[in-house]
Parts: sequence; structure tokens; C-alpha cells
Amino acid sequence: MAKSKNISDFVIERDQNRCIKCHACVRVCANDVHFKDDATSEVASDDSKCVGCHFCEDLCPTGALVIRKNPSETRENAHWKKEYIYRIVRQAETGGIVLTGMGCDRPYKNYFDHILLNAAQVTNPSIDPLREPMELKTFIGRKIDAVNLDDLNWKTTSIDEIMSGLLELEVPIMFSAMSFGSISLNACKAIAEAAKLCGTYWNTGEGGLHQSLYPYADRAIVQIASGRFGVSSEYLSRAAAVEIKIGQGAKPGIGGHLPGEKVSQEISLTRMIPQGSDAISPAPHHDIYSIEDLRQLIFAIKETVDYKKPVGVKIAAVHNVAPIASGIVRAGADFITIDGVRGGTGAAPVVIRDNVGIPIEIAIAVVDQRLRDEGIRNQISIVAAGGFRTSSDIIKAITLGADAVYIGTSALIALGCHVCQKCYTGKCNWGIATQDPYLTRRLNPEIGTKRLCNLLRAWSLEMKEMLGGMGINAIESLRGNREQLRGIDLSEIELKILGIKHAGESW
Amino acid sequence: MVEIDAGGMYYRLLNEKIKALARSGCKEITVRNVCGQRYIGAGFDFKDLRINLYGTPGNDLGVFINGTEILVNGNVQDGTGNTMNSGRIVVYGDAGDITGHSMRGGEIFIKGNVGYRTGIHMKEYKDMRPVMVIGGTAGEFLGEYMAGGMIIILGLNGGNLIGNYAGTGMHGGTIYIRGKTPDVIFGKEIKIFDLEEKDYKTIMPYLERFANYFDCSLEKIYETKFRKIVPVTHRPYGKIYSY
Repeated sequence: MAKSKNISDFVIERDQNRCIKCHACVRVCANDVHFKDDATSEVASDDSKCVGCHFCEDLCPTGALVIRKNPSETRENAHWKKEYIYRIVRQAETGGIVLTGMGCDRPYKNYFDHILLNAAQVTNPSIDPLREPMELKTFIGRKIDAVNLDDLNWKTTSIDEIMSGLLELEVPIMFSAMSFGSISLNACKAIAEAAKLCGTYWNTGEGGLHQSLYPYADRAIVQIASGRFGVSSEYLSRAAAVEIKIGQGAKPGIGGHLPGEKVSQEISLTRMIPQGSDAISPAPHHDIYSIEDLRQLIFAIKETVDYKKPVGVKIAAVHNVAPIASGIVRAGADFITIDGVRGGTGAAPVVIRDNVGIPIEIAIAVVDQRLRDEGIRNQISIVAAGGFRTSSDIIKAITLGADAVYIGTSALIALGCHVCQKCYTGKCNWGIATQDPYLTRRLNPEIGTKRLCNLLRAWSLEMKEMLGGMGINAIESLRGNREQLRGIDLSEIELKILGIKHAGESW
Repeated sequence: MVEIDAGGMYYRLLNEKIKALARSGCKEITVRNVCGQRYIGAGFDFKDLRINLYGTPGNDLGVFINGTEILVNGNVQDGTGNTMNSGRIVVYGDAGDITGHSMRGGEIFIKGNVGYRTGIHMKEYKDMRPVMVIGGTAGEFLGEYMAGGMIIILGLNGGNLIGNYAGTGMHGGTIYIRGKTPDVIFGKEIKIFDLEEKDYKTIMPYLERFANYFDCSLEKIYETKFRKIVPVTHRPYGKIYSY
């Protein structure tokens, strides 16, 4: 019978001339790929255990290791691809749901790669961001319909008061929900500190707020998910904003189970559950079966925080996303987070991750349009999430209508992640998606913070260049300004849904 | 003691008034003519405050509450004690659906019946152990996903003790029912046992309090034997994944 034991995605090439037998690779690999052959005292490797995270390759002092894709192929077949065959073999052996990590890796059309930005030429001047002020500042929350000057007593009321209850972002990029549990405390610290230093926000995910992260709570968006883990009045009052998590791009519509063996003492403290017990997040919130019920939870939170903090709702981008978003505005939310099909996760069934939901580009366009059509766009901020790889993806998302974006995977890549998609095993060699103290020590939070700040700085500079090129000096003027976008290689219906013209069409 | 007349008052104003009084150090607040106002006591952590409500408070009474005692002279609607951390809610009437949803600590005493999904996803943590005592009957999906704490159903006024699907997905805590095992469909994840001496010791203080609050006879409660519903495993879904 076929045995999955023999299946390996990667092969490890070890240059024996270069290998100095220091055994560093043997010591570091959490997957026990490398071992010392006692008989020959050579260092050898078991390819079948390799996840392709490249930690040993990066660490090898003599560059003796190269990780390659396993060239062994099944007979070429466009339908019965290798991964499907091997998945069936695994399931035939275990009878279980196949898990995966990170975002959808299917080659669905990536609309960011089919959208081009404009630039100013002759008829309006471009702006040099090196010499002229450029504004990336963004406010998240419900904007008032109008300011009645007659009602304003300028001595006691200031614009600051009117704007209170909004989140103020120096860059329109926030760190997406990644719980302590899905990632290590060192990774959480790096992200939280970076958010504080860069004037943006981080998100606790549904794992509660660890005590050592309290100093960053004023920059934290705390999540309330169906399991209500770690949710208390104190949790709500410490935070800058609250996000009700209905769904997630990587696993729309399904719940989650944090297996008991991963509920360590520290995790049990933040989630407020017993150590070793399964943490089950039901698929729906059982107090939310309708938009009216959602309104009830939004206002229960607002009552608890004295209406002083924005309350948002996070949903996965699904087919009916526009009307749902409209309902969320009418339910009283201050911001809506939409997570596209490429949104990441620590663990999700691969069939769900790869087959459920719609791309974020399309979701932003249809939600922004729907809310504009209904005259309620000002009542809510749209935060987009789901696979932003570069600053140009973000600029395009904002031009399609998002107020700000969440980044998760790209932040983790800045911390060392090589997107091997094995987060769910808890054996992350980079010290990110693991709770093993031997592994988490590899992630230095101070260095991590610096790298994240560098990333945000680099993307800010790039975004300012792109803005200046379009002759625009504030991100606010680009928001929903779809005339600045042109589609390439897109059908008429795609252009219509995205609300953009095809390349070559002028204003 | 301070009194508020809630008649015709918008919930936000009522809650503002109650909160202002609590913050000023008031220890007992009585609210009369309550009629559907939601979120009363939301997130309160005033440890030695007592709120007496007369009438019918609206949904999410005592949501996120962390301390504070709420006594209701009337019925309550849905979501009473939602995600409650500590404190006590005593209802001299019936309660609606999802009473004690995701409750982590504190106590809820209901004189009458409760609706569907009561005690759903109740959980315990360290020394926090939520307790709910229901004098009457409970609807379907009692203790669904229950992960800790205890629910006691007394069925003192007759009727069907519990509905179908009790204990579905249950992986912690205990549901005590008074009387014979009802002829309903239970969740797959539970087993039912007779009580041992130590179980009676566990529930006794709560039954005593129940009898005190609602002025009923403890002897009468003990006349009928109890049974308990407990989960088979703390890991109901441990084996559904392939790693």
C-alpha cells in the first residue's frame, strides 16, 4: 500500500565538502530533519520531515545546505495534481481533516496584478514627497455627518473632542489579528511595540490580552470572538478599540478548536480557560443570529466602554459582502474589517482556506460602492485585509475605497517567516508560530520591532512617492478615487465590479 | 438607597443614571417601572453594589458584569448575564434564551423557567466557577459547548424538565437535573450518572441560597433525587484533524 512516509515535498542537498559537521542543523531543526549518523559520524537528513522553512539553510555557517523542491513527480496530469494525490493518501491513513496555515495559495486571479496606477503628466504637476509635506494620516471610526458651527462653543468644544472616539493612524496600515497562541509572545511583543512606535494599532486576535502586553493596550484593538476567550470588562476598558470577529478570510463561516495540548499555562491565563482543555470557538456567536443581534452586541460593548471607543466588526469577504456591510453600518459599527480569500491563519482546513470567500480587491470595490450608493459611507471606516504584499497593493486597496489595511503575513515575513504554511504544527523554527521556549527565544522582540518599523517606514516612503506621482498630497484624497486606477487584461464584468476603466480609456 | 423611575426612559439615559449613581458610591439602587431597557449593568465592576429592578429589563441584562448584584422582580429577556465574570443575578420570574451565555464566573438564580441555549459555552477558570440555578424548566440546547461551571435545573413547577440536545458539544462542567432522566435527545458528548454524596455537598450551598431567595422549602427540593450530566471527554474534537 502507498505510505505517506515516503512523500516529501522537499529534498535537502548537503554539500559534504562544505559541511564541517558542526551539527548546528541537527540542534536547531524543530522537525528533527537532520541527524548524526552514529555509524559513520556523518550528518544526514530525513527529507520527508522537511517543511521547507529554510531555517537550517539560513543558519548553516558554511552554506552547505540547499533546500529544493522534490523533483520526483507523478505522471503529469493537469487534474490529478501531486498535492491532491498525496492529500488523499494522508487522509486514507488518518481519516482526518487536512490542516494548513497562512493564506490561500491557489492561483486565483490576483486583481492587484491587473490594476495600474495613474501619474500626473503636464496637465497637473506631480509632487515631490522629499520636499513637500505628504499626509498619510488616517482616522478610523464613524465620521459625523456635519459640524453645526452655530452649536459649537469654541471655548469648550474643540475639533479634538468631535474627533474623539476615532483611532488616529500615522500610516494607513495596522497589524492584523494574530493571537498569543497562534504566534509566540515574543512575536506579539514585537508587533505591539512596533504599532506603538509607528503610531498605528495592533490586534490581539481572539486570544485575550497577556499581562506583559498591557503597556501596549492603548494601541490595541481587542477582539471578541464566538468563544469569548479572555473577554472581560477589564479587557474592553484597556483597549483602544474593540473588534467583534464574525469571520476570517482563511476560514469563513467555520469555528476553531485550539487543541488542549497547546493550551499551556500562559495561554490558559490570557484566554481564561483551564490548562490542557480544548478551546472551542463555535462557528457563529450564539448571541448573534442576525443584524439586529449584532447591533445588540455592538451596543452592549459601547455601553461598557461608555461610548468612548470605536467598535468594529470583522467579516470574511463572501459573495453577499456588500449588503452584509450595509447591515453592519446600520447595526452601529464604527469600522468594518473585511478579510479576503487570501487572508492568513494559524490553522484552517485546507479545503476551506482554498475554496471559500472572494478576493479582497473585489470586496472593497463592491462594499465601498454599495455604502456610497446608500449614502452611509461616512458612517463607517473600511479596513481591508487579506494578503497585502507590497505598498502598491495597499495604495490600490485604498484607491478602491478602503480607509486602511491590516497586514498579517507580511509582518510575519518581516519577522523571519518563510511562508512554509506549517503554523498549525506549533514547530515554527523561526520562533513565530510556536510556544516552545527553545524556539521562541530565536525571535528577539527588539530586533523584530525594528524590522517591522523599517517595513512600515519603507512602505510609507513608497506610498508617498506613488501619491506624489499622481499629484496628490494626502491619502484622504486618494480614498475611493478610482479614476486613478485602470484595469489591464480584465473583462467588462470585472471592470464593472471593480468600478474602474480599462487601460487606455481617458477620464 | 436611591430610586429611579425608569418609566418611558430611553435605555441609554437610564444606564447613564445608574452608572453615575454607582460611581458616586451608591451601594443600593432601586429602579422601578423597568420596561425593556437593555444592557442594564453592562460591564459593572462595582463589587458591593446592589441594583433592585422592578418590571421587565431588556436583553443583555448584566452583560460583561464583574461584581454587583442585580435582583429582578419580574421576568428577564434574552442574554441575561452574557459573558459575565463575577457578581450575582437573581430573577423572581422567567428568563429568555441564552441566559448565562459564555459566563465565566458569578451566580445566576432564576425562580421560573429559562429559554433555549441556556448556559451555552459556560466555562470555568482557576478559582472562578459560574453557577446557574433554575427553579423551573429549560429549553433545548441546554449547556451547549459547556466548558465548565454548573447548571442546576430543579423543575419545581412541573413541565418538561429540559428540551432536546442538552449538552451538545459539552466538554467541561456539570449539569444537575432533579428527577428522572427525561425522555429527550441528548448531545453525543455526554453521560448521565446518579449523584454521589460529594455531589450533593457541592450543590447544597446553592440550593440553600435558592430556597432562601425564593422562599421555597429545601426539604421539598431534596424529596426528589438528582442526576448529573457530565461530558465524556475534555477533548471532544481532538481526533478530527490530520497533521
